[in-house]
Amino acid sequence: MKVLVTGISGMLGRLTALKLLQHGYEVIGIDRRPWAEAPDAIELVQADIRKRPAEDVFRSHRPDAAIHMATVTHLVHQSPDRMRVNLYGTRAFIHHCQSYGVQQAVFVGRHTFYGAAADSPLYHTEDEPPMAAHTFPELADLVAADLYAASSLWRYPEIATAVLRIVYTLGPSKHGTLSSFLRGPTVPRVMGFDPLFHFIHEEDAAEAIVTALAHKLHGIFNVSGPSPVPLSTIVRAAGRRPLAVPAAVFRLGLGRLGLPHLPAGAIDHLKYPIVVDSDAFRRSTRYTYAYDERETIDSFRTAR
Amino acid sequence: MFDRLLPIDPEVAARIEALDLEFNKFGIDPYGIDKNDLTRFVSAFAWIYRFYFKVDVYGLDHVPSEGRGILVGNHSGGVAIDGAMVMGSMLLDAKRPRLPHAMIDKFIHEFPGASRVMSRMGQFTGNPDQALRLLRAERLLLAFPEGARGTAKLAKDADSLVGFGTGFMRLALETKSPIVPFGFVGGGDALPTIANLKGLGRLLGVPYVPITKWILLVPKPTRFQLLYGQPMHFEGTGHERDEVVNAMVDQVKERIRDLIRQGRQLREKEISEDELVL
Repeated sequence: MKVLVTGISGMLGRLTALKLLQHGYEVIGIDRRPWAEAPDAIELVQADIRKRPAEDVFRSHRPDAAIHMATVTHLVHQSPDRMRVNLYGTRAFIHHCQSYGVQQAVFVGRHTFYGAAADSPLYHTEDEPPMAAHTFPELADLVAADLYAASSLWRYPEIATAVLRIVYTLGPSKHGTLSSFLRGPTVPRVMGFDPLFHFIHEEDAAEAIVTALAHKLHGIFNVSGPSPVPLSTIVRAAGRRPLAVPAAVFRLGLGRLGLPHLPAGAIDHLKYPIVVDSDAFRRSTRYTYAYDERETIDSFRTAR
Repeated sequence: MFDRLLPIDPEVAARIEALDLEFNKFGIDPYGIDKNDLTRFVSAFAWIYRFYFKVDVYGLDHVPSEGRGILVGNHSGGVAIDGAMVMGSMLLDAKRPRLPHAMIDKFIHEFPGASRVMSRMGQFTGNPDQALRLLRAERLLLAFPEGARGTAKLAKDADSLVGFGTGFMRLALETKSPIVPFGFVGGGDALPTIANLKGLGRLLGVPYVPITKWILLVPKPTRFQLLYGQPMHFEGTGHERDEVVNAMVDQVKERIRDLIRQGRQLREKEISEDELVL
């Protein structure tokens, strides 16, 4: 079976591609970025998903399945152009799947879709609407891309489409939103708040994506690993020193005083939890994670 | 969070150990309850519960020792001392300790410190999705259907009841959970509020700021009466018309009114413990 992966050169793209090979899939990748150490078995086309050369890959290879991971966060891509990458990229992906006979599509999205607020419940289910795009505009394009991808569930019912909302990944690669936040020896937190953080080992996340493909899932699914852990506990377990900063100082000092470059809306994600219910995914696939909460953090801490 | 501040009381530690909760490798339950923080916090609270205040608890056997249920009672006394005392009775006095999840007002989680403590103690903003999930997970909920209108009662009205919301009843019907009514007496004596400053409250992000007889918001040592009544079971789906649900809510309200009345009579020594009808 031939699988096309967009955004293959990213951390999760690479891990997923390698797992697909292990499981005996034929893998073709598209990415604007290079992947120098890619195994020979993977055919990598350096192209933008929105441009003609990417369409040619669909046309000439006629993949049976496709995985869309070419969406970017504000941490990676700061210009307003991000909206075009995320939305036009997702549209191109879905169009090409439909035009070139792809039978299965997997959209890899994020659990931050649900947003963080003082009154949001723990364990969001897939039917809940995104509640905080207005307080965190930098996430709005990802929320829209998620909803847009889900529209192909009724637009093209003949394609088995899985929209995955995966929690933060953590692991030895030290890539991803949570890893970047934990990068330094001292990690700031908002004084008086300590939200639960939901995370999964990056290998487990890649395995979950392959599992979604293997089960021909059709629908929207939250994907999580072990049960969530308070941010301060994660920081300490990762060998970092937590530093409590009052919310007002935090807001003023973003990008300065050693505080991370974050949009103001991100502060809510450091005050309130985003925790998802992934029962539907587990029931449909019998998926289980391999790394528990401590092993996951340890793999991040001990990586060089 | 309180490691250097609060010492552990071994008796409290044993009770926390006996709770029907599953903790992961970091000592955190799936809803974020931190075993270590809970033990230290309850150790300190036990002193307040037993010595600063004194709570005469009756009918504790009416609370299910396992499985889902909703404790429903009256609010009074400016701030939710009653909620804390109910917590105390369930954690420190019940034969088999339980940690009730109070459905608290949204403003509490907007406050630094309060948010952190409440999150680690399993106290969440009263959101129907959250409540439904906890009941289905066989947890015990604590609800004050009067909400902030209840704590806002001035001392002279402490034993009265104001309008009840219907959310708790719809949840009970939908999840087939027993409702355990309770009456709490003495809230108006601990913190005799004479006025509520709504304007100042708006400025601070709280519903109101209560002013007591002695101005400050410090409760005086008080003996409370807490009476749990027999569990009430209602049949339905939770999607009935308002009139139907309101009639059920009124039955619970009447029961609570009766428990408060008996509690008041006990307090005034007009009846003895043997005469209680719980």
